[in-house]
Amino acid sequence: MASTEAAGQDAAERDAAAPDAAVPGIPAPGTAGPDAAAPDAPAPHTTAPNATVPNTTGPNPTGSNPTEPDSAGDIAGLEAGLDALDSAPPPRTPLRRLLLHKALPPITAVALILAVWKLLVLARITDDYKLPDPTAVWHSLRQLWLNGTLFDIIWTSVSRGLLGFLAALAIGTPLGLLVARVPVIRAALGPILSGLQSLPSVAWVPAAVIWLGITDSAMYAVILLGAVPSIANGLVSGIDQVPPLYLRAGHTLGATGLRGTRHILLPAALPGYLAGLKQGWAFSWRSLMAAELIASSPDLGLGLGQYLENARTDSDMPGVLLGIILILLIGIAIDLLIFTPLERRVLRTRGLAS
Amino acid sequence: MPPTTTTDRHERTAVASGLPAAVRIEHIHKSFGSAGSGPARPVLEDINLRIRPGEFVCLLGASGCGKSTLLGLVAGLDRPTSGRIELGGTRPALMFQEHALFPWLSAGKNIELALRLRGVPRPDRRPEAERLLELVRLGGAYRKRVHELSGGMRQRVALARALAQDSQLLLMDEPFAALDAITRDVLHEELTRVWSRTSLSVLFVTHNVREAVRLGQRVVLLSSRPGRVAREWTVDIPQPRRIEDPAVADLSVEITEELRREIRRHGKH
Repeated sequence: MASTEAAGQDAAERDAAAPDAAVPGIPAPGTAGPDAAAPDAPAPHTTAPNATVPNTTGPNPTGSNPTEPDSAGDIAGLEAGLDALDSAPPPRTPLRRLLLHKALPPITAVALILAVWKLLVLARITDDYKLPDPTAVWHSLRQLWLNGTLFDIIWTSVSRGLLGFLAALAIGTPLGLLVARVPVIRAALGPILSGLQSLPSVAWVPAAVIWLGITDSAMYAVILLGAVPSIANGLVSGIDQVPPLYLRAGHTLGATGLRGTRHILLPAALPGYLAGLKQGWAFSWRSLMAAELIASSPDLGLGLGQYLENARTDSDMPGVLLGIILILLIGIAIDLLIFTPLERRVLRTRGLAS
Repeated sequence: MPPTTTTDRHERTAVASGLPAAVRIEHIHKSFGSAGSGPARPVLEDINLRIRPGEFVCLLGASGCGKSTLLGLVAGLDRPTSGRIELGGTRPALMFQEHALFPWLSAGKNIELALRLRGVPRPDRRPEAERLLELVRLGGAYRKRVHELSGGMRQRVALARALAQDSQLLLMDEPFAALDAITRDVLHEELTRVWSRTSLSVLFVTHNVREAVRLGQRVVLLSSRPGRVAREWTVDIPQPRRIEDPAVADLSVEITEELRREIRRHGKH
């Protein structure tokens, strides 16, 4: 009985607020308990005070005029009904159906690809050293696992990638904010940032190697050059898409300048920013693999790129394929484990995704 | 016959100055599109208006009369070309036609943000937000996301957020225009109730004559292109009114006639 509660509370609140504002036709505050404001009061009664006290109120600058209890209870009930009708919670999909619809299709696709691969091997369409059996790749993986280097290789690359990505985040975010908010900077840097996005970051590797040598710094430089434009551009488009209404509303609430940026602009731009981060990660990972492949040296730890390059020089095709598959899987895994949940959460709280 | 009086524009400006006011608008002119792009188009011309503390004034006009522009000027979102706007208190609160709640915050947090920006210390924010939600009869909606609320509920949260600014003046820009008739009725009731409990002054912009008469103590009619104060009415019908009250209907007919005359004038050129 939410409506009765609301009505009762309402009557009590009004009594407390205006104890001396008794108007003829309205019960005295002491007697007007929750009962008087019950929503089941007869409908014709609700208009009665209107007709019996026409001139006691009128222009009312100090505003000590309570509405009569019957009408208030009536409205509270009506309001509760409208609220209930208008805001039904969306139905939840059960976990089994979710798994069936989300997980089954990609698993089937992977199984099909493996089947086609196996068939091509069985059909002997090419030499064994060009297209090895899937099981050969599996054996390479097992070997890496057994001699304990699998996680070292993965961790070397992933830690580089994530560290580089965080650095790109730290540079790309303020850069994007500046480009979005300062017209001169936008005019100067906007086209360059967009252009850099279409420049394959492999192109930076020779320059980075000459500047910094075959070092970790060169790797990070390539990651930064690949990821910073994506992150900055994501933030710029996120900010551009912020509805002006939010900024106006923020302005009237007193959120101007830095407070406006922090409380209104950045949260409002978050969906676009996250899309930029997602792309930034993809670019970081790609750039890093390009750098590791080209600038591989025994002095640097063994990462996935170097592993791939070593397998190529050894003409170890199962190793090459394993390297490619691992690079792909890790790129997908980071996206699925970090960025997709983040993005979904942000969109869901805003009612932009189911 | 509803008990109404009509005041002449010139009479009113003569007595305007020197009296207490929630807002005093003096000789406001506003033009758009000068600087190279053709001649400046005047939108508002010599607007004079004083709203007494605690008064509820409805600003009525056809589309293009500049009523939203005037509201934006009072809210400080834009500057007048000439003239003066004097506020009795702090920065006014503003409610829009769209709810303008921030979708990344819950209903309660939207209100808390307003409190925070006003400088309310952290421990006081939550109880105050809950109290304001209670005031608009949304006690259980603190954690609700904006998209989970109906249109009427959103506008009630928006009203609570506007009240959280603790301003003496509430500006409303056709806040109920996008709602269905029943919800709008309920919100009229709600707004009247909230207004009567506080010392709030309200400047309510609408193109709906009955809404203006239902809510306002004074109805100011703006002419169009450029916007000028054409006429105004004092509404002496006691609150709570209903939109179907005969007195509301009678005065609405009178004001609608005047509004139509005003609109017809533009077809003659």
